[in-house]
Amino acid sequence: MKPFLSIENLTQRFPDGAGGELTVFEEATFGVEKGEFVVILGHSGCGKSTIMNILAGLAEPTSGGVIMDGQEVKGPSLDRGVVFQNYSLLPWLSTLKNVSFGVAARHPEWTKAEVEAHSTKFLAMVGLEGDVIRRKPSQLSGGMRQRVSIARAFANHPKLLLLDEPFGALDALTRGTIQDELLKIWGQMEQTVFMITHDIDEAILLADRILLMTNGPQARVAESVEITIPRPRNRTEIVEHPNYYAIRNHLVQFLGKRSKELSGKPSAPGQANTPATVRIDKAQTTEDPEDTQPALRAVNS
Amino acid sequence: MLTLSLNQRAALLSVLLLVVGLLAWEAAIPAQKAVGELTEYEILTGAGAPKAGVPPPSQVIAKAWEQLSDPFYDAGPNDKGIGIQIGYSIYRVLTGYFLAALVAIPLGFLIGMSPVAYKALNPFIQVLRPISPLAWMPLALFIIGDSEASAIFVIFICSIWPMLINTAFGVAGVREDWINVARTHELGALKTAFTVILPAAAPTIVTGMRISIGIAWLVIVAAEMLVGGTGIGYYVWNEWNNLDLTSVVFSILMIGVVGMLLDAMFGLLQRRVTYVE
Ligand SMILES: Nc1ncnc2c1ncn2[C@@H]1O[C@H](COP(=O)(O)OP(=O)(O)OP(=O)(O)O)[C@@H](O)[C@H]1O
Ligand SMILES: [Mg+2]
Repeated sequence: MKPFLSIENLTQRFPDGAGGELTVFEEATFGVEKGEFVVILGHSGCGKSTIMNILAGLAEPTSGGVIMDGQEVKGPSLDRGVVFQNYSLLPWLSTLKNVSFGVAARHPEWTKAEVEAHSTKFLAMVGLEGDVIRRKPSQLSGGMRQRVSIARAFANHPKLLLLDEPFGALDALTRGTIQDELLKIWGQMEQTVFMITHDIDEAILLADRILLMTNGPQARVAESVEITIPRPRNRTEIVEHPNYYAIRNHLVQFLGKRSKELSGKPSAPGQANTPATVRIDKAQTTEDPEDTQPALRAVNS
Repeated sequence: MLTLSLNQRAALLSVLLLVVGLLAWEAAIPAQKAVGELTEYEILTGAGAPKAGVPPPSQVIAKAWEQLSDPFYDAGPNDKGIGIQIGYSIYRVLTGYFLAALVAIPLGFLIGMSPVAYKALNPFIQVLRPISPLAWMPLALFIIGDSEASAIFVIFICSIWPMLINTAFGVAGVREDWINVARTHELGALKTAFTVILPAAAPTIVTGMRISIGIAWLVIVAAEMLVGGTGIGYYVWNEWNNLDLTSVVFSILMIGVVGMLLDAMFGLLQRRVTYVE
């Protein structure tokens, strides 16, 4: 059976400005299960945002397609909520209005009071209450704006939530708070999340699975690393889990070395580029050594 | 010691400048008459003629008092109160202006949203825009026939360009991110236009509207001098023909005041639609 979200033979090429073509990625093929939290890691320029824009329906791939819930993704939809990297709040609307206009779009049959109540609830969920929600985005701090943007996306109950480096511009402290809030809301709503980040620790804390991309051009989604650390996770406790450093080392190795080594190989047309599954689980090594060995070898290489 | 705020000091200086200016003006008038040595310009324009002396401010103030205490009297076609004359001008300006807005803003939207429309219409705009609105007057009088409607047409044609260009510019410059927000929320084309593009482009559009109303007010005076009949422009010209320079100076001041009020209205509107990113 197909996974909830199925990315099939996705290829994206752009004109390179010199008359030729730039292949960002080719034949990328992977799936995301319902309720899964998937994080994609890769160097700048490898094509993460390009993939996300295609998933959102904001951009069209050169070839290939995306199927969500048995339906092909064609154009943007309320079923796919996007948290843009730069928040993308509408500066002329108040904080509350920024959320409620989305809610009203989702539920045109609701009364104004219902829309406001629902919006207020989700703003409260990300810690924005009272006077603050009447202010304009320009009067909020960066972290607050980011939270508004998250509230706007969550308030619409999208089947798939797309987050493009949502915490990129935040300081470490605010980042931590909002990560916790995101996990809390995700835990309550059972949403499928696809998130881009540059931060390895953030990825391990949040993800069920991390997709690793090689460097561009001709990038590939090379590996799919399972995060074998039980939830609920806590920033300070996960570092003590035996799998934490093994996974972290693997990711650092990949981004530091292998992402470059594996990059730039053109693939045969029509042949799907599927990521290799990597499962690093120290607790399981003794029970099922064959399954984990390739992954461990990757760590040691 | 007394300390004044910046605004108080500025106001004080303004009043001082006004008083000094008026006194200098008042003092200069008799001297000018006494000299009797006129420049070529004064001879040509008739400023040297005994009846047509430039009035001192005291006379202008007396005139203003007289006119403003009964602004709406109507004693025949050549003798109407200043209020009636200004009323005619404002009516023409606003009619032409709003007709222009009705065309310019939707058309500007279209041009701003469609690169094809922009490229197709740009050459026409570039040629039509630099034409002095008064150059249209003979053609308008010939085609439309009616002088009243021709004056309105001239206002229409001169106010359309800043609004059209600014609307197109504002709409084309709306951030892609905001459009994407509308798209991911499945807002329809009309909803996107009114809830995202219009407020996003509003500061630029209103700036265009403000420039337009300023130009329209400049042009109406000239247009009314040409078409005659009524209006503040006609009034100025008529008083000049009567060699009543006191009324001319007074109406010049009134033109300034009304122009300032029109501009202030749009300034207010501008402040309402401006947002901080
Ligand atoms: N519209 C476009 N036209 C041409 N090239 C593009 C376009 N959009 C993206 N690219 C190219 O595609 C590649 C991938 O861009 P993308 O924005 O997806 O990178 P990214 O992985 O999100 O990087 P970052 O981590 O820096 O955000 C880059 O080389 C970029 O130059
Ligand atoms: Mg990016």
